[in-house]
Amino acid sequence: MKHLLSTDGLDPATATAVLDTADTLKRTLLGREVRKLPTLRGRTVVTLFYENSTRTRVSFEVAGKWMSADVINVSAGGSSVNKGESLRDTALTLSAAGADLVIVRHPASGAAHRLASWLEGTGTAVVNAGDGTHEHPTQALLDAATLRERLGEISGRRIAIVGDVLHSRVARSNVHLLAALGAEVVLVAPPTLLPTGVHSWPVTVSHDLDSELPALDAVMLLRVQAERMHGGFFPSAREYSIAYGLNERRLALLPEHAVVLHPGPMLRGMEIASAVADSPRAAITDQVRNGVHVRMAVLYHLLAGEEEAA
Amino acid sequence: MNSPLLIKAVRLYGEGDPVDVLVRDGVIVEIGQWLDAASTQDLDGVRVLDADGLVALPGFVDLHTHLREPGREDTETIATGSAAAALGGYTAVFAMANTDPVADNAVVVEHVWRRGREVGLVDVHPVGAVTVGLKGEKLAELGTMAASKAGVRVFSDDGLCVADPLIMRRALEYTRSLDAVIAQHAEEPRLTVGAQAHEGERAARLGLAGWPAAAEESIVARDCLLAKQVDARLHVCHVSTSGTVDVLRWAKARGTKVSAEVTPHHLLLTDERLEGYDPVNKVNPPLRTESDVQVLREALAEGVLDCVATDHAPHAVQDKDCEWSAARPGMLGLQTALSIVVKTLVRPGLLDWRGVARVMSERPAEIAGLPDQGRPLAVGEPATLVLVDPRAHWVVRGAELASISGNTPFEGMELPAVVHTTMLRGRVTVTEGKVQS
Amino acid sequence: MAPRVRGAADPADERELLSAGDVARTIARMAHQVIEKTALDGPAGRSVVLLGIPSRGTPLAHRLADRIAEFSGVRVGVGSLDVTLYRDDLRRRPNRPLESTTLPEGGIDDSLVVLVDDVLFSGRTIRAALDALRDAGRPSAVQLAVLVDRGHRELPIRADYVGKNVPTARSEDVAVSLSELDGRDGVFLRRGASS
Repeated sequence: MKHLLSTDGLDPATATAVLDTADTLKRTLLGREVRKLPTLRGRTVVTLFYENSTRTRVSFEVAGKWMSADVINVSAGGSSVNKGESLRDTALTLSAAGADLVIVRHPASGAAHRLASWLEGTGTAVVNAGDGTHEHPTQALLDAATLRERLGEISGRRIAIVGDVLHSRVARSNVHLLAALGAEVVLVAPPTLLPTGVHSWPVTVSHDLDSELPALDAVMLLRVQAERMHGGFFPSAREYSIAYGLNERRLALLPEHAVVLHPGPMLRGMEIASAVADSPRAAITDQVRNGVHVRMAVLYHLLAGEEEAA
Repeated sequence: MNSPLLIKAVRLYGEGDPVDVLVRDGVIVEIGQWLDAASTQDLDGVRVLDADGLVALPGFVDLHTHLREPGREDTETIATGSAAAALGGYTAVFAMANTDPVADNAVVVEHVWRRGREVGLVDVHPVGAVTVGLKGEKLAELGTMAASKAGVRVFSDDGLCVADPLIMRRALEYTRSLDAVIAQHAEEPRLTVGAQAHEGERAARLGLAGWPAAAEESIVARDCLLAKQVDARLHVCHVSTSGTVDVLRWAKARGTKVSAEVTPHHLLLTDERLEGYDPVNKVNPPLRTESDVQVLREALAEGVLDCVATDHAPHAVQDKDCEWSAARPGMLGLQTALSIVVKTLVRPGLLDWRGVARVMSERPAEIAGLPDQGRPLAVGEPATLVLVDPRAHWVVRGAELASISGNTPFEGMELPAVVHTTMLRGRVTVTEGKVQS
Repeated sequence: MAPRVRGAADPADERELLSAGDVARTIARMAHQVIEKTALDGPAGRSVVLLGIPSRGTPLAHRLADRIAEFSGVRVGVGSLDVTLYRDDLRRRPNRPLESTTLPEGGIDDSLVVLVDDVLFSGRTIRAALDALRDAGRPSAVQLAVLVDRGHRELPIRADYVGKNVPTARSEDVAVSLSELDGRDGVFLRRGASS
């Protein structure tokens, strides 16, 4: 693994190796007073965020620091980024200044791929921390880690992804990764929020959440963004919530062992009822906790091997 | 300059036995076998061009070129664009109106026309904007532009669609008296808000907002109905979908005065090019699917699509070497057009060389109402022609093209057919791949 | 990286240093040495923990503990200590998977920890182990037991218990096979293999 740009095309063996490493790291650090490993001492990791996301940036920063890497945060608010410097020039500057790895979050789909192509031959690795409506691979990996923890294994499990699949990078990354790990994925959404050609994805599609719930091992809710509510993708927040929101009645339709995931930030009362979000079935804080270990594992796999290793 | 030129052993339209063609004072004066100094009178100082094995076609006419002058002379100028055109076998190009300032008045169109004459490599015909500032709200002074020295006969807001149906109706109606044509960039803007790529499985997977085929087809259908209603001429720019071909076939069958062009890139490339997010492949309308490509090729051969137009669109490096959504749409086309047509239509047997003459020269000249372009290769006709080496191949290198910009999607591809000589009214503008200035 | 295949090389390039019987006898001798040196069976027997360094140090530690129990009647704590995250040569090798660290119930604080590994070579693994140990707890003392010491130390580290000293060339490879991981016991010297 040279970069982590997408889960599309990530082979199951590599994904499993990252999840195993995350698991070992979690156990290694469990109960320790000093949560610091010397593994990435002297390596420089830059978070380059063109969109605000305290959640993701902090998770990466903590992961880097627990591995003893030097972590530098660059955000659109506080650098030459807002002076109109091109993404390419910013990337080359960071690489020349000694970044071993750049973690990029950008509103344009494909930005991480472009970054990786500009950094070809420099030895600087790239991690996609969310590019437009394309992918968010570490989110999918941390979701998979959480599902493994709660369900034992992912292969053969039936997992629904509910909500705005069309605009969701989390959904895309999860579909590819979960399918690669052998899960059955069901997308549940109104037709206006499903991507064109979804029939060619390794999923089944449903518009009826109630009928899906009894057979699920996990349900993953996607955030509904405010601009979609006003973009005419569905008539009203009320109607969406009635058809696709996970409320207490629906929670009762899930099997006893089933897990509820949400990538956050949650819109309580809209896609998820408060009582559901706070129930023991919800693994939402586990997701955040596992996020750090998964990102540590990603840094380990990208930085702790031979340079230019395949 | 005015000494006679004898073209030896050329095959007109790639047909029959090689013949010799004698050109004097910009006109074809004699065609026959074994013309030489002995059999032809008054050949003092005659130059001889050995065209053994070359195919002669009337000079190409491009209805759709972006020369970027005035405004973006860092990406292309009328001089560099004319050179690229001549090297591609063109003798006339139509320079689109979306310059800065916009060519929506007589001053700008006359400037472009005059610069084209000064450069003198191809006839540069400015396209006038349909609406003021390309804003789609108020008709530009079409009559004044038509009456100017530039004699504008093609109007287009290309880059943007004349979306308001009433404005479009008025434009079609009004141009009837000018013997002009409206060339529509068919894109329903409400259906393409934020669109980045062909709406299909690939763009959905890559997270690129979709540009649905229906956004083109619905405007083409609407405009065909309007053109029929007001009995006006309509030209459809860069057709990209098979559905548009169906609409055009239907409209033509019911007698609509509609013509349509297709670009070389839509005849070859597909949305497979989206993988990797390299914006050199970003273009508007977007690259479509393999089945669209097949239908477009057949429709061009059949005549439902009238002609090939390049939509030559130079862009600066910084506008292409960036993230996909920030990149400007468009690709170079003038120097690669013939080779793509040969690769996609001649080689597969869909079109012969006479067909190439039709789609690259005769039909576009007719659509634009050019009296001295796209003429037959015959005695008494202007010596405005191109000699093509049909057996040669070349490898495309963006940096070696005559354009200031290098944004060709065909970089590194080996393509068939090479333009050997281009001649504009007897003046050799290009020979053996070199511009003759 | 292909896994090293143990005990399956061309016999011409391989010499057996210890047979299966030798391995058993060597571990037994080391067990006696540990009992004696740590005064394990004495009146004031101290808390001793054997920590194997994966992969082959772990089964060795377990065997050593079994022998110690057999000879002294005392069950010492056994665990494993993965040092991968503490290595200083990570960038010189392909990425390696992490192995598990398991400490005996009660941890290692104030215990005498004996690190157990198969081969002592440069000493870098042991340096990493000492760093890992610091993060795992605070032992009262640390000792080192190795099945084979092949020389070529790069750090001031020596073993307290050595099964067999083997003079080697730097280019040679010492391969330890253990039935738990490799299907059979034995120690082999191989020519020319990369270390």
